[in-house]
Amino acid sequence: MRTQKSLFVQILFSFVLLAAGLGTAQPIPWNKLTFPPLPAFHPQQPTRIQLANGMVIFLQPDHELPLISVTARIRGGSISEPASKVGLVGLYGEVWRTGGSKTKTGDQMDDFLEARAAKVETGDGSDSTTISLNCLKADFEPVFDMYLDLLRNPEFRGDKLELAKQQMYTGIARRNDEVSSIVGRVSADLAYGKDNPYARDEEYATVFAVQREDLLSWHQQYVYPNNIILGISGDFDPTTMEAKLRQTFDSWPKGPPTKDPDIKFTPPKPGYYLVQKTDVNQSTVSMLDLGILRNNPDYFAVSVMNEIFGGGFSSRLFNNVRSAKGLAYSVGGGVGTSFSHPGMTNIEMQTKSDTTVVGIQALYEEIDKMQQRAPDVDELKRAKDQILNSFIFRFDSPGKVLREKMAYEFYHYPLDFLEHYRSEIDKVTADQVTQVARKYIQKEKLSVLVVGNDAEFDKPLSGLGPVTKVDISIPPPPKALMEQMGQQGPGGQN
Amino acid sequence: MKLRFTALATLVLLAVMTLPLAAQDLASFEKRVTVKTLPNGLTVLILRRPEAPVFSFFTLVDAGSAQDPLSQTGLAHMMEHMAFKGTPDIGTTNYAEEKIALAKVEQTYAAYEAERVKRVGRDPQKLEQLKKEWQDAIAAADKFVIKNQFGEIVESHGGVGMNAGTSYDDTSYMYSMPSNMIELWAAIESDRFANPVMREFYKERNVVMEERRMRTDSNPTGRLIEQFLGTAFAANPYHRPTVGYASDLQSFSATDALEFFHRYYESSNMVIALVGDLDPAQVMPIVEKYFAQLPAKPKPEEVTTVEPPQNSVREVKMRDQAQPIYVEGYHRPSYLDPDDAVYDAITDIMSNGRTSRMFRSLVRDQKIAAAAAGFSGFPGTKYAHLFAFYGVPLPGHTNQEMQKAIQEQIAKLKSQDVTDDELQMFKTRTKADLIRGLASNEGLAQQLAIYQTRYGDWRELFRYLDKVDKVTKTDIRRVANKAFQDNNRTIGSIETVMDPAAAGRGTN
Repeated sequence: MRTQKSLFVQILFSFVLLAAGLGTAQPIPWNKLTFPPLPAFHPQQPTRIQLANGMVIFLQPDHELPLISVTARIRGGSISEPASKVGLVGLYGEVWRTGGSKTKTGDQMDDFLEARAAKVETGDGSDSTTISLNCLKADFEPVFDMYLDLLRNPEFRGDKLELAKQQMYTGIARRNDEVSSIVGRVSADLAYGKDNPYARDEEYATVFAVQREDLLSWHQQYVYPNNIILGISGDFDPTTMEAKLRQTFDSWPKGPPTKDPDIKFTPPKPGYYLVQKTDVNQSTVSMLDLGILRNNPDYFAVSVMNEIFGGGFSSRLFNNVRSAKGLAYSVGGGVGTSFSHPGMTNIEMQTKSDTTVVGIQALYEEIDKMQQRAPDVDELKRAKDQILNSFIFRFDSPGKVLREKMAYEFYHYPLDFLEHYRSEIDKVTADQVTQVARKYIQKEKLSVLVVGNDAEFDKPLSGLGPVTKVDISIPPPPKALMEQMGQQGPGGQN
Repeated sequence: MKLRFTALATLVLLAVMTLPLAAQDLASFEKRVTVKTLPNGLTVLILRRPEAPVFSFFTLVDAGSAQDPLSQTGLAHMMEHMAFKGTPDIGTTNYAEEKIALAKVEQTYAAYEAERVKRVGRDPQKLEQLKKEWQDAIAAADKFVIKNQFGEIVESHGGVGMNAGTSYDDTSYMYSMPSNMIELWAAIESDRFANPVMREFYKERNVVMEERRMRTDSNPTGRLIEQFLGTAFAANPYHRPTVGYASDLQSFSATDALEFFHRYYESSNMVIALVGDLDPAQVMPIVEKYFAQLPAKPKPEEVTTVEPPQNSVREVKMRDQAQPIYVEGYHRPSYLDPDDAVYDAITDIMSNGRTSRMFRSLVRDQKIAAAAAGFSGFPGTKYAHLFAFYGVPLPGHTNQEMQKAIQEQIAKLKSQDVTDDELQMFKTRTKADLIRGLASNEGLAQQLAIYQTRYGDWRELFRYLDKVDKVTKTDIRRVANKAFQDNNRTIGSIETVMDPAAAGRGTN
C-alpha cells in the first residue's frame, strides 16, 4: 500500500518536473563538457631566514583565522638510538612535554594551556623530533613563552617517564591483538631486516633500559639551533614576528654537528613468510621489497607506474582484484619512495582465508601484466591527468606550502622540487613505465608475508614455494620489570 | 551530538576575547552562504571560500543502516558501494544491451535464491543448475562493464579524497576538485543519484563481505562492538551491525538495493553542501540545471520504534585471544534532547586531553589504565543512543579495576559539582574548536550539510554555542544522575584466553 502510494506520487511529480523543465538549459552529458582553464594560482611562498647560528626559519603569514601555529623540526630520531634502548626516542618525544620544564611541571602546563584551548606538543620520528604550538593569536605571547621554556629547559620528570614506559609496555603487550599491527611490524622487518633501525621494535627490555639521563643527554646532543628548522604560520605581522624570532634565537650558540648513522640496506630474502593467527577468517598478504629514494631519476616514472598499478579508485589492482574478482575490500600498493632512505615497496591485499592462494596469484598476474604490457595511450594519459590535475591540492593552503618547503629544507632537496614535478611527470613515456615496473617489482625477489589462519587456506602456501614461519611471540619482560608488574605479568602471550 | 561548530562561534569568541576580525563576523559569513531548496526538494548550500581555486562537497543522505529492512542488514552500506558503479552513461559500453543482461541476472538470482532458502524440499541438483544460470548471466552482463569509470572520471579530472561513508544515521559522499570542474561535478553527481545502475552487484557483495571480515570478524574490538551493541539495544535498529550480518550480505539482491535507493535517496531526503572558490551566482544555476533531473517524492517514513527503558544490567563478556578491554554504556536521548550540550560538557570534562578526569584518575594517578574516556554519540546520535565509558588496562591490571575506577568517577560526577575551571575549560575549548574547524573546505562542507539535515537550518550550528554557554554545574549533576543509573548500564569486556579452542573468533 505504502509503495503504491509513493509510486503514484512519483509519477505525478515527474509530470510536474517535465513541464517545469521545458525552456531551461539542458544538462550536458559529462563527456561532452569542456572546462575553462583553472585560474592562475600563485600560492604565497614562505619567507626563509637563516640565522648566524644555523637555525632556519620559515614565516608564512595567513590572516584567514585568528590562530598561530609553530613547528620546529629537529634533526635526530629513532634511527640514531642504540639498539639496546629501542623506544628511547619515543619516550623522549612524549616525556619532553609531559615532564615539563625546570620551573613548571607538565601538569601545570596542561592546566595553563587547556584553559586557553592552546596546544604545545612534542613528538618523535625516525629521523627527527618535533615541538609544536597552536593557539589563538591573543594567547600567543604566554603560550610561546611556555614553548620556549620547554624547548630550552626541559626537565623530563621521572614520574612521567614511568607513565610513558607503562603505556609503551601496554603497546607491546597488545601488539599481536590486531592483524594490522602485526602486518605493519613484520612487513618492515622483512623489507628492511629485523635489526635495521627503520624496522626494529621496542621490547620490554629495551624500554625498561631507558633512564631519565638518556632523555637529558639526547636533548643535549641534538637540540641546537643549527639542527632546527622552525616554521610559523598564521595571523601575525611578518616584520614584527621576524624581529621577535631573531631576538629570541640569535643569542643561542651553535652546537656540534650531528649526523645520521650509516645504514646498510640489503634487499629482503625472497620467499613466503607465514604468521599463523587462528582467530581470523581473512588473510592479509603483503609483497615486500626495498623501494627507492625520491631523488632517484626514476621517481617520476615510478609515480606514474604506481598510479596505474595500485593507486586510487581506478588502478589495475582496484579494477581487477577488487571489482572484477571480488577478492578483496582492501587492495593496493606500489614502489615505495622516501626522501632519505629507500621506501618500502608493498603490494597488499586482504582476502578471505579460502582465497588466500588465489589472491596471491591474482596479485602476481597483475605484476606480470604490468611488466609485459605497456599502458596504452589512454591509460597513461589518465594516470598523468590524475597526478597533474590534482597537483593543486599539494599547495591549496598556506600551511601545506609551508610543510612542503620545510620537508625539502630538512632533506636538503631543492626548495623548488615541486616546480619541476609537473613537467617531469608530463615527460614520462609508456616505455619508461614498463621499464620501472620491470626494474622495481620483480616477483622472484619479493618477500611475501601472509598473516592468517592457514588451516583454512584454499591451498597450502608451500605449493607456491618455501615457507618460513615467523615467530611473533613477545619476548617476556626482564625479571626486574616482571616483579614491578606484579604477579600477573603482562597477561597472555600470543 | 558532538560535531565541530563554526562561524557564530567565532563571533562569540571574538566578542569574548575582544579580537577585532571583521572578515569572520556573522554578517559576512551569512553573506557567503547561499541556500536553496530546488522544486524537487533537494537542498543545496554554497559557501564561498576563495583561498585557492578548488572546492569540496559533502552530500548527505538522511538514511543509514538504521533504515536497513528486516533481514537485509547491510543494505544501506551496500547501496553506498553501488553509488560508485555508474549510470547508463558512465561505466558501460552499451547500456541498452547491458540493461537486458542485468534484468536476466536479477531473474536468475531470484530463482536461485528461492530454491536456496527452501526449508523443506530443496533440490541440490536444481540449486546447482540455478546457480550456474545466475553465474552465466553475471558473466554475460559483465561484458559491457567499463570498470570503475565513475572513479576514473573524478580522479583524472583532479578529484582527490573521493570517499563515502555509511553510519547508522546517514550516508555521505565527498571529494574535492579544482574549481574549473564544477560543471563536470554537477553532471556526474546528479547522474549518479538520478540514474544509478546496479552493475557488478554480486561481486561487490563479496567485496563487502571482505570488509566485514576485516572490520568485524578478524578484529577483536570489532567483534566486541558488534556483541555489545546487540546487547545494549533491543528495539532500535542500533542493535544491528552497519556492515550487515554475513547471512544477509549473502542473500539480498540488486533489486532490494534499488528499492532501498528509491525509498531513501529522495531529493527531499538529501542535502548537498559545496565550499570553496565558487561564486554562488554562477554555480547555483549549474547545480539547478543538473540536479533538477532528480525526481520529487515525499520524504520517507521515520523510524518510530523508541528503545524502551533498559531496567536491568546487561553484560557481554567475550573470551578472546586479545588483551583485556572494558566498556560500559548508558542510554541517553537523541541529539534533539534539550540536554544535548550538557552531555557534551560531560564528555569534555571526563575525556578531553590530559586535564580530563578519566585521564588524571585512571591513567595518571591510579596508574591502572593506558587510556580511559567517556563519550557520547555511540553508535549514532539521531535516535536515543549511548553514553559510553571505556578503560584499557595496563599490563597486569584488570577489567574489574577499570569498572571500579570508572564507577567512582561517575559517582563523583553525580554527587559533587564540577569545578568552575572545568566548566569554563569546556566552554573555551568548544569555542576554539569552532575556529579551528573553519580552516578547511572539506570540514565546512560536512558541517553545513549535517546541520542543515539535522536541524533544517545550518544556522543552528551558531545556536549550539548559546546552549553551551547556558550549561551549569547543576545541569551536569542532574543529567549525570538521570543517565548513569545501574539498571541503565550495559557492560562489555574482553577477557584474555590464549587457547584458540576456548576463544571466540570470526565466522566464515
